[in-house]
Amino acid sequence: MTRPDSAVPTVPEADVSSDPASGSDTRVVMSSGDISRALRRVAHEVLEHNKGAADLVVLGIPTRGVALARRLAGVMESVEGTAVPVGALDVTMHRDDLRRQPTRSPRHTEIPAVGIDDKVVVLVDDVLYSGRTVRAALDALSDLGRPRAVRLAVLVDRGHRELPIRADHVGKNLPTAGSERVSVRLSEHDGIDDQVTISGGQSR
Amino acid sequence: MSTVATAGGRTRRHLLSSADLDRAQVRAILDTAGEMQGIQQREVKKLPVLRGRTVVNLFFEDSTRTRSSFEIAGKWLSADVVNISGNGSSTSKGESLRDTVLTVAAMGVDALVVRHSASGAAHQVSQWVDAHVVNAGDGTHEHPTQALLDAYSMERRLGSLEGRHVVIVGDLTHSRVARSNLITLRTLGARVTLVAPPTLMPSGIATWSQVDGFELSHDLDAVLPTADAVMMLRVQRERMSGGFFPTAREYTVGFGLTRPRLQALVTANPDAVICHPGPMNRGLEIAADAADAAQSLVLDQVSAGVAVRMSVLYHLLAGEES
Repeated sequence: MTRPDSAVPTVPEADVSSDPASGSDTRVVMSSGDISRALRRVAHEVLEHNKGAADLVVLGIPTRGVALARRLAGVMESVEGTAVPVGALDVTMHRDDLRRQPTRSPRHTEIPAVGIDDKVVVLVDDVLYSGRTVRAALDALSDLGRPRAVRLAVLVDRGHRELPIRADHVGKNLPTAGSERVSVRLSEHDGIDDQVTISGGQSR
Repeated sequence: MSTVATAGGRTRRHLLSSADLDRAQVRAILDTAGEMQGIQQREVKKLPVLRGRTVVNLFFEDSTRTRSSFEIAGKWLSADVVNISGNGSSTSKGESLRDTVLTVAAMGVDALVVRHSASGAAHQVSQWVDAHVVNAGDGTHEHPTQALLDAYSMERRLGSLEGRHVVIVGDLTHSRVARSNLITLRTLGARVTLVAPPTLMPSGIATWSQVDGFELSHDLDAVLPTADAVMMLRVQRERMSGGFFPTAREYTVGFGLTRPRLQALVTANPDAVICHPGPMNRGLEIAADAADAAQSLVLDQVSAGVAVRMSVLYHLLAGEES
């Protein structure tokens, strides 16, 4: 997902409008192989910390967090040999910027049948930036139940937090300028090979 | 959704007519309603999106399900909801609609949900106030949220309505539900046939300006076998001063969804569905067997009402003001 200069993610429809690979100032910071290796490590970290897959529920934040959550759950399943419940948690209704944006339609929320009460919920998103999406996700979760613990796994942490929120598991720490854009492309959504690119801003 | 400059000089989004909505907007409202319906199963039935906003239900006509579903919808979205009914308000002391509306608006409300017995009332109200206006039924004109929830209920059972045949039967002259449904169903690409006795079919109906591509019939038995959905309209005795049909019995024989017609419908298409906007006159326009049949969507329509109205309030009020 593209994270523009503003403190909020763009609407999903808007973030495919520009092809990040076409601009001359665009650098690829994670290749498909890098992403795959980072996800495998994050999956192992989550399992190590949880001492196995018991009580884990992996919830992705739409759009690309959901695809990442499915991949993480897939890796965990292959490591532990048991299925890990995976779902999606839409945060649209809990955003703090609804009145500053054109109306956005909510995305699908899908909570696994086991529910989230007394589970260890792993929230998954592609880019951690201001922390506002994660705050909204925590609010959304509290309306759905009471997990025993909530952990946060992200593919990229680009800094510039506006709230006291940090990730428990990070695929790659990526120091950025506020004016730069970080784009995550995943084959499930974008029809091209996985990549993370950074564009815009002054050359560093 | 029509965007209109208001008395305050700002533009506000309103839902006054089903014709205000293009196909993409109908799609967005129905899809959002699908997500909203999920919260009906939750322990905490509350979303924070309209926190601090005030929605006034201004009902100058009797209504149970529309008013209460708008009230629940607003409350589940965390809005403050105030109900004002025509009886018991200052209108019964002789205050004009305009003065009542301006008085309410002066209290700083964000949205007015208006039902009135005069066609065009909601549109008129939207000219007077600086607030979002939702038409919850204006006379014999329109009832757009009913059309949305009917389409939603049908889609849930039938899938996409594109090319599906919907038969709307009954009092077309007095029915705001029929007009709004016709518009919304055509917007979604459904094939629509309107069936009524000649006395209850408005003379200019074939040229209803906002829609085209629908058919008219006086013979229910002829169109029933091809129907994917049958919508029975209520015989509105309160709007009739008599003379539209000789007896209730004769209406039932010609245009009621009787037990034999239910059989014919189900035999021709076991997946066909039956709608009724309520309240039903059992035994008049719809037989009890049909109202309670597995094909009946009547209760689905009621539970969809809350989700669809949440979606409408969300799309009108949640986003930024232009």
